[in-house]
Amino acid sequence: MPEMTATTDLSSRYYVREHHPENGTLLGFWIYLMSDCLIFACLFATYAVLGRNFAGAPSGAELFDLPLVALNTAFLLLSSITYGFGMLSAYAKKQRAAIGWLVLTGLLGAAFLFLELYEFSHLIHEGYGPQRSGFLTAFFALVGTHGLHVTFGIVWLVTLLFQVGKHGLTPENIRRLSCLSMFWHFLDVVWIGVFTFVYLMGVLP
Amino acid sequence: MSAHHDHHDDHHGDGHDHGSVKSYIIGFVLSVILTAIPFWLVMNRTMDSQTTAFVILGFAAVQIVVHMIYFLHMNAKAEGGWNMLALIFTVVILVITLSGSLWVMYHMNKNMMPAPMPGSSHQMSGMN
Repeated sequence: MPEMTATTDLSSRYYVREHHPENGTLLGFWIYLMSDCLIFACLFATYAVLGRNFAGAPSGAELFDLPLVALNTAFLLLSSITYGFGMLSAYAKKQRAAIGWLVLTGLLGAAFLFLELYEFSHLIHEGYGPQRSGFLTAFFALVGTHGLHVTFGIVWLVTLLFQVGKHGLTPENIRRLSCLSMFWHFLDVVWIGVFTFVYLMGVLP
Repeated sequence: MSAHHDHHDDHHGDGHDHGSVKSYIIGFVLSVILTAIPFWLVMNRTMDSQTTAFVILGFAAVQIVVHMIYFLHMNAKAEGGWNMLALIFTVVILVITLSGSLWVMYHMNKNMMPAPMPGSSHQMSGMN
């Protein structure tokens, strides 16, 4: 009997409309991004602590190829603005334009990933894998986690492309695209920290 | 149905901003400038490393704010202020994590490290 009253009490709550946030999903996703931010904060802190422990292996100054990093940065920055244009087209209900911009975003993301994997495989091939020194462990953990995020961002993007292609720019799909938009721009923000703190400061004597 | 949703999407009262072509272009141009200068400074070695490090960290901080405003559309009103509150909380934790780790580990190293061994670290500083 007490259970019955509890159920009725709960169901009556669904009819209270004033306290329901209109964009609860976006706020919730933002909170997720903030927790993701803390993961990256820990990885940055690890790199800050271990980044000079070379253990006789070469330092960043000898291993990093700055023009390659600059190209990678350009890919990611361009993909951020193409995603932005994709979102604007989606809000304007221009489905073909939105899909076009999003495909371009995905291609730029894939180009970024390709260059990063090339860099990783090159380092590992030279014998400077994550197990070689504290610096390389922290480097692979930080940059690898970012790359993993980009990978899943691309998987998510492809999924949404199929969804939009099948169901059109419904409010649900626009909401999903908005979440991925935050995720994608957030990854670009993290990359600012990576190229400044890891690559640029890594090659400074 | 779609008219209703259009209304919903365009006029929800939480202050969420979609941005415009102009705001994205402004953000992009600022980001390109704020990215190019640090790369140029490091590749051309115009200043000593300590100054360069501080300057490029400053550029990164400014660029993060630019991204937050022009790409992530942050403002104090988004989601009734909860977005900003979550961000401020995260930044506080972030600063504690980073500065705390550096502070503690720096003193650990200073107090615990044996005298530097010849070879590894000295070799690095001599190779520039």
